[in-house]
Amino acid sequence: MAAKYESLVRNPLVDGAKTYHDVTEDIVRPIEAPPSRAWWIGFIISVVLLLFGVYSIYREVTYGVGQWNLNKTVGWGWDITNFVWWVGIGHAGTLISAILLLFRQGWRTGVNRAAEAMTIFAVMCAGQFPIWHMGRVWMAFFVLPYPNTRGPLWVNFNSPLLWDVFAISTYFTVSLLFWYSGLLPDLATIRDRAKLKWRKHMYGVLSFGWTGSTKHWQRHESLSLVLAGLSTPLVLSVHTIVSFDFATSVIPGWHTTIFPPYFVAGAIFSGFAMVQTLLLVTRKVLKLEDYITMEHIEVMNKVIVLTGSIVGIAYLTELFISWYGANKYENWAFFQNRLNLFSPYGWSYWLMMGCNVISPQIFWFRKMRRNIVVTFFMSVIVNIGMWFERFVIIVTSIYRDYIPSSWTTYYRPTVWEVGFYMGTFGLFFTCYFLFSKFFPVIAIAEIKHILKRSGENYKKKMVDVDAKEADEYFHETQHAHH
Amino acid sequence: MAVKKFVVGCFEEEEVLFNAVKKVRKAGYKLHDVYTPMPIHGLDTAMGLRDTSLHTAGFVYGISGTTIALSSITWIFTTDWPLNIGGKPHFAVPAWVPITFEFTVLCAAVGMVLTFCYLCQLAPFVKKHHFHARATDDKFVMVIECTDKTNDVEVSAFLSGLGATEVNVQHAETGWWLGRYDKERKLYADKTVTA
Repeated sequence: MAAKYESLVRNPLVDGAKTYHDVTEDIVRPIEAPPSRAWWIGFIISVVLLLFGVYSIYREVTYGVGQWNLNKTVGWGWDITNFVWWVGIGHAGTLISAILLLFRQGWRTGVNRAAEAMTIFAVMCAGQFPIWHMGRVWMAFFVLPYPNTRGPLWVNFNSPLLWDVFAISTYFTVSLLFWYSGLLPDLATIRDRAKLKWRKHMYGVLSFGWTGSTKHWQRHESLSLVLAGLSTPLVLSVHTIVSFDFATSVIPGWHTTIFPPYFVAGAIFSGFAMVQTLLLVTRKVLKLEDYITMEHIEVMNKVIVLTGSIVGIAYLTELFISWYGANKYENWAFFQNRLNLFSPYGWSYWLMMGCNVISPQIFWFRKMRRNIVVTFFMSVIVNIGMWFERFVIIVTSIYRDYIPSSWTTYYRPTVWEVGFYMGTFGLFFTCYFLFSKFFPVIAIAEIKHILKRSGENYKKKMVDVDAKEADEYFHETQHAHH
Repeated sequence: MAVKKFVVGCFEEEEVLFNAVKKVRKAGYKLHDVYTPMPIHGLDTAMGLRDTSLHTAGFVYGISGTTIALSSITWIFTTDWPLNIGGKPHFAVPAWVPITFEFTVLCAAVGMVLTFCYLCQLAPFVKKHHFHARATDDKFVMVIECTDKTNDVEVSAFLSGLGATEVNVQHAETGWWLGRYDKERKLYADKTVTA
């Protein structure tokens, strides 16, 4: 067996003296136990939020988009802000499951399953916004290109909004396939140890009759690798295309070429923050601290400070280019509508700067990266900041357009607009609660795959000579020679 | 499919298993399969399985997606209904890159997953024979198929000697779920061979 070389310097990825059977026990136990009181409370709150969202959508569909406070210039408001925000959150899951697989990052195994689930739920939430924004939602199928009796009048393949339709639906489908094909072996594990009849049957159906045959594993590995290879450009394309919705327009503030990389970095930034929010709670409640270790938290915080800084550089570049470009409309959008704290929405720009650029810099300190309370707090702050980033981009670019007579209205959302957003939180957390109850939140087979290489009791300990400081070691070897 | 006789041996450690696989092949026994709780790199080669062509299938699906997307959009925008969008060219390939790419990925991914399920005979409600319940937990389960000439007592002893912690003989139906008949043209539900 050709074992992969694992550096001695790296800390173990699985803590505690675990055997293969312990891994199964630890991860499947919460699924077999009855749900806790905390689970029920969380689940019920999520369902209530979801129902509120359903009612908000009901009002919007019945009475029209006028239920929202969109006005003459602000035709895109909370709705599209939320769409971009949710899509962005989804990106971290694919980054962890696909890009880190290609980069052979062993630590991804502890967090990939939950992160991929988060991706799927986030994309489900995101999809709601453009669909219900259509107003006459019963015409939603008009976005599909099929021979029809209206001409046939085809969709506009040159429009970024149609690119979005393809990007989001492909992203959702591929993420779901990737996630579920990875789940099959783990669902089979639950099936094979199930004592209750309904559970055996349910997981029997869900696991598609997986046996663990070597040939099947061989194909499974090939499938995972190719899906990872496909998902990697896919995830980059999705947020690029979302940014094209803005960047291909001629609106000052949107008409910038920096948008694709800047949006992708921002997406990964907010996505990792959401992964932290979810996993810090999940590992505690399900007692999975041995699998989602402090190492995992620290590594993800490093990604957060990196992507947060990329986003910060993008903000500054935008400002610079708008000054350097010397276009008065661009100047107005950036320096008057955004940067000026005393302009109507100036507060949102500075809130975004504070949350996204300044506050994550705390993660340059190792102590902060390894502090769970700080991490949790920061993960929420980052997502507030990233929500405001989209809000700033959308609203501050359009609330004062070329005709000053339409400047009078200050856009603020109605309760149904907010309710719709709250409803997607309900959808997201309802799905996540169900997932954490019925599915293994950690990829069991993948943990077993790395256990003998990176488990605490298997991993080779550093011998004294390895652990020595380089200088000290150098001196000793020098002495030995003379 | 016909019911066949199998000798099943459970192993606890990968190293022991690898050695056993080698020995079993050398002794000339018919290795049916090895069931493991996680992928074990190199086991497929040790068992003498050929490499999978699934990725090639994925490539073919992807290229088909590219072709379908590009040709469809071209036909729609240049022939079927040349839509005038601000006087821009009808044959606007750069603007079609995003959709072509997305469709390529979609076809490759969906095609590959369906092919994977077809080849591995995986689908909801499919029932298969599981030789050992802990093959998906912590045991490496080696299954040897008995032919007319195989003496199962001898095989069992051989497996124990190689380090198998648990050895038993099972009669089971394994195989293709789409066909009702196997190569020997025996009825799917034929249980006559059962000992």
